[in-house]
Amino acid sequence: MEVKVLKNILSANDQIAARNRELLDSKGIFTINIMSSPGAGKTSLLLETIKRLKDRFKIGVIEGDISSRIDADRIAQEGVPAVQINTGGECHLDANMTGTALANMPLDKINLLFIENVGNLICPGEFQLGENKKVLISSVPEGDDKPYKYPLMFHIADVIVLNKIDLLPYVRFNMENFTKGVKALNQNAEIIQVSCVTGEGLDKWVAWLLANVTRPAR
Amino acid sequence: MICWWVTPSPAFVEEMHELAITQSMFNLVLDEANKAKAKKVKKVNLVIGEMSGVVDDCVQFYFELFSKDTIAEKAELSFKKVPIQAQCKDCGEVFVLKEFDWACPRCHNSNIEIKTGNELYIDSIEVE
Repeated sequence: MEVKVLKNILSANDQIAARNRELLDSKGIFTINIMSSPGAGKTSLLLETIKRLKDRFKIGVIEGDISSRIDADRIAQEGVPAVQINTGGECHLDANMTGTALANMPLDKINLLFIENVGNLICPGEFQLGENKKVLISSVPEGDDKPYKYPLMFHIADVIVLNKIDLLPYVRFNMENFTKGVKALNQNAEIIQVSCVTGEGLDKWVAWLLANVTRPAR
Repeated sequence: MICWWVTPSPAFVEEMHELAITQSMFNLVLDEANKAKAKKVKKVNLVIGEMSGVVDDCVQFYFELFSKDTIAEKAELSFKKVPIQAQCKDCGEVFVLKEFDWACPRCHNSNIEIKTGNELYIDSIEVE
């Protein structure tokens, strides 16, 4: 006999993500999931963000990597609580791992949480973690065709940060083709062009954060 | 300052995109089969959007591993693929996105809205 199911395959993950969100909401914490391919600039952007906003927000960071604590150590040097998750092979963070990390984060001492996902342009897009916003970092050296090759990530992002714009004179990158691809997949996502090396555009990124982080600072 | 180190996975194992997805799917299948008091799962009907990037063969491979010695062993997996379909917001044309060409085929504008292609669900299971 046929049994109708009509259930999302990742509903179990979504349920845990909803519980993570309830916990974060109860603590007044706004959460941002930062995703990109390896090396596009997630940690760099976080470090620049912390430098600019640590007097306005009490920031915490969850770092997701397959192995090592390189990123969490760099974040911790800025005086911000950091929890490193090593997935041991899993190519993305999921809600269960995020829940484990939250249990180790001093939630009463933060009001803005960044989750730096594992570097990957495919899987993180599938797994809700309990975040309020999703940020996708794309970078100039990766090429302007990334929206066409990895549509899901560009489709679900709340904002796209195009990093390494200081390299535009040196690599082939067609901004019109990139923008067209993004706009076709995502009518609402703004593209913010930045360079974490020169600082260009970071004021616009900070402005986006200030406009979108809706939890009051404690 | 403060840094905690959490390692939820006990071993270094190469895992693919489809492993976590198939594990969730398998758990859901068993759950639904048990609710229906089934003795055997014969078939699982899946709906998978092209945007998900899921590879059928990988799902099949992992499902066979998970389902061994369970009531879902040897169940047939059926994959209904949903293309990435868009609608032009200027002229209303509905079309399937072609690789690298996302302009409306009728009016050639790029003001489009994605309608389908992000599905990832179990439609039904067939049991005894």
